[in-house]
Amino acid sequence: MNVATTVDWRDQIFEVFQDHDIKQVYHVPDAGHSRLIEACQKSNSIRTLALTTEEEALGLAAGAWLGGQRSATLMQSSGVGNTINLMGLTKTLRFPFLALITMRGDYGEFNSWQYPMGQRTPKVLEAMGVQLYSVDEAREVKATVDAATRAAFNGGQAVAVLLRQKLIGIKDFGKKTA
Amino acid sequence: MSTPTLQRRPLVKMILAGADDNLLVIAGLGSPNWDITNAGDRPLNMPLWGGMGAPVPMGLGLAIAQPTKRVLVITGDGDMLMSLSSLATVAAQQPDNLAICVLDNEKFGETGNQATATSPRNNGPTDSGAGTDLSVVARGCGIADSALVRAESEVAQLVSDLRKKKGPVFRVVKVMVEKLDFIMPPQDGALLKDRFRAALLGSA
Repeated sequence: MNVATTVDWRDQIFEVFQDHDIKQVYHVPDAGHSRLIEACQKSNSIRTLALTTEEEALGLAAGAWLGGQRSATLMQSSGVGNTINLMGLTKTLRFPFLALITMRGDYGEFNSWQYPMGQRTPKVLEAMGVQLYSVDEAREVKATVDAATRAAFNGGQAVAVLLRQKLIGIKDFGKKTA
Repeated sequence: MSTPTLQRRPLVKMILAGADDNLLVIAGLGSPNWDITNAGDRPLNMPLWGGMGAPVPMGLGLAIAQPTKRVLVITGDGDMLMSLSSLATVAAQQPDNLAICVLDNEKFGETGNQATATSPRNNGPTDSGAGTDLSVVARGCGIADSALVRAESEVAQLVSDLRKKKGPVFRVVKVMVEKLDFIMPPQDGALLKDRFRAALLGSA
């Protein structure tokens, strides 16, 4: 994968956040999202919160919306299972929720431990009523994240964008295989 | 440890006395929900009927979104135990307008008063706690202004701290185990959310 292209789509997501007045961004440490996380941390208009577990994002997003602010949650598919119980809040309270999920256990994954959650991520999100958008090409990222953000905050939906491993590229994780 | 003597209902009434549009309240499911509703249902109350573990993160998201308002989370020991690590997230953000009050009766009240981890360890083999002190946990997570309250003589200061002191403020109040009436707010979560936003933001 072309390095310039991978850099570019991460910056494009940040642009979408700014275009749509995203004020709070929640994340756990994630190599796939790291460039975007750093851009959010440096931004004056976005408050960036590092979480201890992805589950916190649902409460935070509900609280932000109660207070009139839009949020976005960045996580890996590995953490999706941590959100499922409180994902129910998005249905009960009917508040917008936007998650950008970097996929693991998806396309050429080297770590077998990532497959159980990665392969079931779409199914469990759909089971909780979360609408899914999926991107595996860099040129589709901006339009897809933009559409998902509109669905969340204009349409009042819980939406997740799956950033497929084919898009992110395994080498970009910089992880050893041992 | 002495048996708690403070009663949650009059205590919560005092905490919320004179609540105006500058006070945003989130209550955890079960007893804290009924407690704040007993003190007077209002649009700027967000009483939860579910979402165990959510109140503290919800309070944090709200406190960041509304930095000029006071945000008060009132919840129970069971709920707080389910989201202990969110206290580290609060500490990392240091919201100066957020106060958290845990009404600690050392029991899971909604399911039949089983011991929570805040119960003493020596209650017996089948219903023993762990002696967990949530005020120490919060301090250990990085919330420096954390305290445990037991005595009637400390209540006035408690109320003042929760309402006015620079946050993040964390207070654990040991309260009696009591059988109380359910004083229930509307159950519809979307309605509770929409009326809160309408009261806070205007047309939501």
